Amino acid sequence: MHPTNNSHTGILQRDLLVAIRQGSDFLNPLLFFVMTTTLVPLAVSPSPSQLAVIAPGMIWITALLATLLALDGIFKDDLADGSLLQIILSPKSLWSLVLAKVIAHWLKTGLPITLMAPLLGMMLSLPGEGYIPLVTGLAVGTACFSLIGAVGAALTVALQRGGVLLSLVVMPLYFPVLIFGASSVQRAVQGLEYLPVLAMLGAFFTFTLLTGPFAAAAALRVGING
Amino acid sequence: MATTPLLELQNLAFERDDWPLFESLSIALCAGDVMQISGPNGCGKTTLLHILTTLHSPSYGSVLWRGEAINGSAIYLAELAFIGHQPGVKLALTARENMRWCLGLFAPRKNITIDTALDSAGLNTCKDVPCSTLSAGQLRRVALAALYLRDATLWLLDEPLTALDSDAIADLESLFETHRRAGGIIVFSSHQALSIDGVRNLALAEFTAKVH
Repeated sequence: MHPTNNSHTGILQRDLLVAIRQGSDFLNPLLFFVMTTTLVPLAVSPSPSQLAVIAPGMIWITALLATLLALDGIFKDDLADGSLLQIILSPKSLWSLVLAKVIAHWLKTGLPITLMAPLLGMMLSLPGEGYIPLVTGLAVGTACFSLIGAVGAALTVALQRGGVLLSLVVMPLYFPVLIFGASSVQRAVQGLEYLPVLAMLGAFFTFTLLTGPFAAAAALRVGING
Repeated sequence: MATTPLLELQNLAFERDDWPLFESLSIALCAGDVMQISGPNGCGKTTLLHILTTLHSPSYGSVLWRGEAINGSAIYLAELAFIGHQPGVKLALTARENMRWCLGLFAPRKNITIDTALDSAGLNTCKDVPCSTLSAGQLRRVALAALYLRDATLWLLDEPLTALDSDAIADLESLFETHRRAGGIIVFSSHQALSIDGVRNLALAEFTAKVH
């Protein structure tokens, strides 16, 4: 009997299994997120009133940098061991396989970061009203980071030192996510209406979800030729 | 044997960064043909195989499969099995898990299981250990196990004999023999000769482009 797994869950399962066996895929971005956020009270000031002002922005910036850290490997590891060519040469539609890889990347980086964020919010004295927009915003925002990042990672997949270039390519596209995400938390803390801002973030997520996998699949075919 | 060619290369040429690699390459392969691409390092063996997989596009000329120009369409890819230089095996996973992933991407043959495919590839003792503990030759066997498992007509193999011992080469020769008898086509690159009859040889160096 053949196992009746389809290609998408197959890729998702494999990427997560590899990540669990290696450990570092989950832990590195998460530890980076925790460590850099811990630097803020040390470097700026431990006073709660000062920290509370910068907390939303700092958490969002470190979350952005932490997802960026793990982006380079999203296709590069598969290129190095040859399995990326098998993915590209599969008769299944490439965009759906790319989407499975993006989901795996989000489960490895975005989800742990989102779950860790409230703890760091407490460390930075984030007022209570900020937690719901912080967590929902990060959940959607890190998914945008993974979707947009996949396009950049696909373009730079065959480049030897593509890491810095990749950051420079995708960072400008991260700006809207950061702006909507951080400002939704800030508005909640100030007692203003934050749902419209989160809705904008949701709209941006929908747009990246609808275009990202196709763009990344096309970029991959270009990218593997260096 | 059928005489209409399944795979045709018509006046194929490839330039990398305006540097010509090979030119005027025309070949027709029918069902049951086995072709070895040979030639010195850097003459374009891997590039030619990549052109046949549609990973690269030729600079001139065209490749026809069943009379139609190949493109990245699912119909062509479904008939194709490519194994490249890198085995395409995840080291953190076991051979069985790697095969399961392979089945997610490609259609399996009838009446074969992952177990029997791995047994045929000579991996019966190491199906469930992480591939990171396997030797280079065993990793190559894991990659080649996909050929027992997958339902494809055209096999494109880049240096399949690398790191294989004599037993594994004998296994591969009998697998080639079975595949050609079933009407398949095999194109592989190697510096070693196989001991099966009727292997067509393509000395790629003869088509090396003259620098104009």
